[in-house]
Amino acid sequence: MTNFINGLLRLRRGPWEMVASVLIALGVIMLMQPVAIGLYSYSFIVTLVGTVMFIIVSHFPE
Amino acid sequence: MTASPIKMMAQKTPDGMARTIKGLSDRAIAWIFVAPTIFLLLAVNIFPLIWTIRLSFTNFRVNRPNKDVEWVGLRNYERILNDPDIWNTMQATAHFLLWTIVLQVLIGFTLAYLINKKFKGNDLWTTIIVFPMMLSPAVVGNFWTFLYQPQIGLFNYVIAFFTGADPASFSMIGDVHLAPWAIIIADTWMWTPFVMLICLAGLRSIPDSIYEAAECDRASKWRQFWTITVPMALPFLMLAVLFRGIENFKMFDLVVQLTGGGPGNTTTLTSIDLKREAFEKWRTGYSSAYAVILFVTVFGLASIYVKALNKVKER
Repeated sequence: MTNFINGLLRLRRGPWEMVASVLIALGVIMLMQPVAIGLYSYSFIVTLVGTVMFIIVSHFPE
Repeated sequence: MTASPIKMMAQKTPDGMARTIKGLSDRAIAWIFVAPTIFLLLAVNIFPLIWTIRLSFTNFRVNRPNKDVEWVGLRNYERILNDPDIWNTMQATAHFLLWTIVLQVLIGFTLAYLINKKFKGNDLWTTIIVFPMMLSPAVVGNFWTFLYQPQIGLFNYVIAFFTGADPASFSMIGDVHLAPWAIIIADTWMWTPFVMLICLAGLRSIPDSIYEAAECDRASKWRQFWTITVPMALPFLMLAVLFRGIENFKMFDLVVQLTGGGPGNTTTLTSIDLKREAFEKWRTGYSSAYAVILFVTVFGLASIYVKALNKVKER
């Protein structure tokens, strides 16, 4: 956990890619879940933030 | 001594051209070769994408090209993301996507595992199994429409044979509960061979020496399967899931031919709904926003999936 937080603070690719991946997965689940339309409404912005973050952080150092 | 073909070609290059190329660096020559491809890629892929993103912020309708186009900001996105019908369409797509991938991977891998065993006539069986994949989706849709007919369809008779139910008592494409399964079965029938071929390539790439070493260590067949076969075929399996996932997210022709999105909206997948918005209701700006939402979703999913695939390959 400490390594993960250190990686985030030092702008390392691994932990940031992990955060972006979780956001994308969360956005897709929110888009397709049958439970609450409120989650569906915010799904796109979550996926978009995750995707843009993924593109940016994939240029961070290892 | 005869000259090599490369030397002969160099000699045939006109002097003027040779002089021009001689003055260029290797990098410049490489750019000359790559430039047409880059230009084509920009014209065919990147420009329409940027244009779609731009249109998604307008109320443009392609059937009224002379009407003033109004900038509506995020209103199209807001309407799509608060529309319960589109939400239902997303759920129908998720149901279709999940079950087709699960069934195709399970059946495809099992078939590949069986075909990989050396037996008489396995080439013939491979050809027979691969046959559905070679057909056009429109043909498969038509074909399964006949199979699903309650009165004359073979599918209903097969189900009736095993369950004892009356073949005419249920309609696969007319029932709201059965229609989503009807499209899953047809797609699985058509595309399982594709998954099988990819898995077969993975299984055939595993060297026999690894199994021989496992035999020497007295590993059981069950253990060999879980510790050698599955991990070594996993990158291929993941690749198959990626291809099928992206393809099924865009699934259109087979479902339109089979159910037309019905009954009601139970089999209306996102691509069918998108086509209706764009080319039946002619709401170009709105459908562009819809397309951008789908694009970002597929792009995001594909990005994390490719990352996971690379990690598996590195192991």
